[in-house]
Amino acid sequence: MSTVILDKIVKRFGTFTAVHPTNLEIPEGTFLTLLGPSGCGKTTNLRMIAGLLDPTEGEIRIGGKSVNNVPIHKRNLGIVFQNYALFPHKSVADNVAFGLKYRNIPSSEIPGRVQKALDLVQLPDVGDRYPKALSGGQQQRIALARAIVIEPDVLLLDEPLSALDANLREDMRVELKRIQDQIGVTTVFVTHDQSEALAMSDQIVVMSAGRVEQVGTPEEVYNRPASEFVANFLGASNIIEGKCTGKDAETAALDVPVFGKVPVPADKAPHVSEGAAKLVLRAEKLLLMPQGADTTGMVTSEAVVETVDYQGQTVRYFIRAGDRQFQAINMIDGHPFAEGTTVTVGFRPIDCAGLPG
Amino acid sequence: MRWGWHLIRLWSLLVYGFMFLPVAVVVLLSFNASQFGSFPMTGFSFRWFVELWNNDAIMRAFRTSIVLGLLTAVISTTLGVLASLALVRYKVPGANAISTLLIAPILVPEVVLAVALLLFLNFLGLHKSFTLLLFGHVIFTLPFVILVVQARLVSIRRDVEEAAMSLGASPVQTFFQITLPLMLPAVLAGALFAFTISFDDITGTLFWKPGGVETVPTQIFAMLRNSISPEINALGTVMIVMTVGLPLIGAAIARQLARKSGT
Ligand SMILES: Nc1ncnc2c1ncn2[C@@H]1O[C@H](COP(=O)(O)OP(=O)(O)O)[C@@H](O)[C@H]1O
Ligand SMILES: [Mg+2]
Repeated sequence: MSTVILDKIVKRFGTFTAVHPTNLEIPEGTFLTLLGPSGCGKTTNLRMIAGLLDPTEGEIRIGGKSVNNVPIHKRNLGIVFQNYALFPHKSVADNVAFGLKYRNIPSSEIPGRVQKALDLVQLPDVGDRYPKALSGGQQQRIALARAIVIEPDVLLLDEPLSALDANLREDMRVELKRIQDQIGVTTVFVTHDQSEALAMSDQIVVMSAGRVEQVGTPEEVYNRPASEFVANFLGASNIIEGKCTGKDAETAALDVPVFGKVPVPADKAPHVSEGAAKLVLRAEKLLLMPQGADTTGMVTSEAVVETVDYQGQTVRYFIRAGDRQFQAINMIDGHPFAEGTTVTVGFRPIDCAGLPG
Repeated sequence: MRWGWHLIRLWSLLVYGFMFLPVAVVVLLSFNASQFGSFPMTGFSFRWFVELWNNDAIMRAFRTSIVLGLLTAVISTTLGVLASLALVRYKVPGANAISTLLIAPILVPEVVLAVALLLFLNFLGLHKSFTLLLFGHVIFTLPFVILVVQARLVSIRRDVEEAAMSLGASPVQTFFQITLPLMLPAVLAGALFAFTISFDDITGTLFWKPGGVETVPTQIFAMLRNSISPEINALGTVMIVMTVGLPLIGAAIARQLARKSGT
């Protein structure tokens, strides 16, 4: 278990820069997620930490020591791959025992450790089977057992859940988090799925086009997006361009079309100063109400429902207010509003965030 | 329509008959008790196989062929595995050109290849030797090994090897623990191919063999020039059993291995 530090890491493939200068500190025991759309350089970063790719520039330190010249098989890392990567010609027990053979562990201790790892992933009885006799979810658990049985300094997971079907994925998410809590290993998890990232991480690194957009706790990146990209990538947001008419220690006063003055809490608009600014309004914070409803404490406007996308517990509306379209995701209370209905829409200013224009 | 299909069926029967009847005749006649290597059959006998066993020239040719075949198989397979690894795993520059070059001997008519190698030898001022013969057979069988092994290697996922390395296995340990076992069926198939092709080869061998050295095919060829001895039928039968039987056994073993490794 160790702190991992990326110090001004750059990775170029020929003339293409996959990772622009990146600094990152992953404190000991942290569950850190690299989150971003496909092709933004998550895997490239992970493979550099693993030692499967050499950084073009910069230094990687694990537990205080530079590992730039340490080959992968001497780094003591546990890696879980998207497609499990179990050894098809070895039994499950031999798969899990594989890493132990390269460590100074008396062979009499190996079966006990293998069994402990299998117990941890809740598959105590499959040691004699071959990987292909297991389901996808079971194979991924074995891959996890194989990676953690060697007590790695860092656990690296590259989209480990994306090959599983939806229900299983949610179970595995909980399971994976439980196991990580239990062994407390420093973990770097790669995903393009924002709900996975929000549910599991201590820290989220949001990436875009080879650059880090924001680092923070799930709550921070969700409620205080540092950029338009982050606001849009983590759930649906309405970004309204306007201006800031004044800022003090308490609030930043934003003035936007349709809704008018919105006093955003200053700590949710840290980089906003007087002049052009943008209001970030999350789709699930924009409420649709019947006309004449009590809107105390809200900023409101009249709007017409244009599109209704019914999703069971929630409904997604596209509404038109003034000359603009907004998106709202509301819990359903009785019937959803019908298309064409005129409604009152509103939100609380404390639910908003501000970005510099 | 129906008639059309019947005609096609008849036609393919004729084609198969034309191909396999001579082989059947050879096998049948090798058990003929008669003095002459032709019909009519006068009785069933193993006498020509016994004569074969007692014929020094043939036994020598047989030993030469087996040694040549085994050496060809070992060298070709080793080179083929290394070349495939380099081409598939390490992305050497110009991989496509090298690949084409290594596969080319399949595409060039064997006579041309045989003459070319001989001319090259003259150019170097070397004499024909068993080593040259072996060299020729290796060049000639290498493409088959590379094709078979490469196809298999491509299907072995890179992340399985990466997983092994992340667990502490060095690249060499990873090769012997993971890659080689996973491609073993293809390696064995390649070796069998190489052996069978070498054992069967006559064109190249006629050009490359030094004086006094005969392989089974060239020995048969030489014997045919004098007379058609019934021994040749027996020898033909042995050749058929070896060149058909070995690959069949090999395929069965490969299938067994593949099943065990779950791929
Ligand atoms: N070996 C490579 N050669 C060239 N380009 C690569 C290579 N590996 C990745 N890339 C490029 O680098 C970018 C980032 O890739 P990757 O890290 O795999 O993205 P992600 O995992 O976030 O989907 C992509 O545009 C990809 O095409
Ligand atoms: Mg990726």
